[in-house]
Amino acid sequence: MKMSKKITIIILLIITSFTISCKKDEQNKETLVIENNISDESIFNLTSKWKTEENETIELKDLKGKTLVMVMIYTTCKAACPRLVADMRNIESKLPKNKLSELQFILVSIDPKNDTPTRLKSFAKENLMDDEHWTFLQGTESDVREFANVLAVKYKQISPLDFSHSNIISVFNSGGELVHQQEGLGVDNKETIETIKKLISK
Amino acid sequence: MTIFRLAFCLLAFWVIDSNCQSEMVNIKGGSYIPLYGRDSLKVSISDFKMDIYPVTNQEFQEFVKKNPKWKRSQVKRIFADANYLQNWESDTELNENQQLNAPITNVSWFAAKAYCECQGKRLPTLDEWEYVAMADKKSIDARRNKNYNEFILGWYEKPKTFNNEIGSTFKNYWNIYDLHGLVWEWTLDFNSVLISGESRKDVDTDNNLFCGSAAIGSSDLMNYAAFMRYAIRGSLKAKYAMKNLGFRCAKNINENE
Repeated sequence: MKMSKKITIIILLIITSFTISCKKDEQNKETLVIENNISDESIFNLTSKWKTEENETIELKDLKGKTLVMVMIYTTCKAACPRLVADMRNIESKLPKNKLSELQFILVSIDPKNDTPTRLKSFAKENLMDDEHWTFLQGTESDVREFANVLAVKYKQISPLDFSHSNIISVFNSGGELVHQQEGLGVDNKETIETIKKLISK
Repeated sequence: MTIFRLAFCLLAFWVIDSNCQSEMVNIKGGSYIPLYGRDSLKVSISDFKMDIYPVTNQEFQEFVKKNPKWKRSQVKRIFADANYLQNWESDTELNENQQLNAPITNVSWFAAKAYCECQGKRLPTLDEWEYVAMADKKSIDARRNKNYNEFILGWYEKPKTFNNEIGSTFKNYWNIYDLHGLVWEWTLDFNSVLISGESRKDVDTDNNLFCGSAAIGSSDLMNYAAFMRYAIRGSLKAKYAMKNLGFRCAKNINENE
């Protein structure tokens, strides 16, 4: 009896913490981006430095001006990532070719130890994702953790070569604000594509 | 004259040091099996240092004064939600009901991380935190101890423990206070807790109950308290600032020494 009371209280506590914190609608909110100015919600507020597959060093704000489609993966992954990568390519294939220059598809590695620029470059080639509008990023472990937290991506290393992670594709407007997130593998990407189309036709 | 100057410097250094650096103790590393999830693998912990107490309102107030970008009015929304320092009277003042010596809460993960980095420290990893927190007064691993578990579960029923002063719970084996009994604490990699494996979409729509019932169904009720912590961590996002969630810092050993 005592225990069941405790349990009820604890469950209530959790539920309360969910309702307080769940502000998903915020993510769908669109805000105007002022030229040369980034808003409080922008990922360009992050100052971390990243290596691309071309071994160039960039900051996220160097991507300003383009609509960004981002995902976190690791290249030795056998299970979910090939499907996540396929989801990314699927999204890309449904967008007008002449608009691709206004877009950047970004794959951030959650395994910066193994995913060096060289490794990322060969992964890009193998998967036919080596065009201008694809970018792969390697960061430090701490910066990757921070970036994942911005995207609300969860991940955990479960062995030297394996991670479990949440499957989320995020869309950012040209000011670096999160506009849409698609969760899950092989889900209907209609809404994601509609969102991107709206952003690039502006 | 030189001696006088030296003494003055030392004194100044001591004052500065004791003011802005909360005390830490050494934690001897080891290995243990965490009480969570399906991957019950042994985890190895290296030696490290941990703050004896959670960071207090006063300490955080000092930090905010020196780092205006972490003031409530100036913090970027991406780094802290609207609950950030919500109960403070103003940007730099506590409200009259808040004690200087109570743990700071209503801070986001980004703010906690920035605070620790500012002190030359870092947040403890989840495994480090759990490792230290499994100790009671006398033993390194008290997780099978009835009193230890009852203390934690008893705390979950008490309201507003975040208003209590630091040091008001027990001193554990490592000479560390308040890991249980005051507030929940951020960890560096809190986002390594996956409530439901590979995708958050592949479960029951009711995540909360899923975790609760998993814990209740567990054969071992001693796991219960730990399941609760993991469930909370799994539900957090880094910009959330919650009334009962604070933090303390840790540090690698042999750094800057």
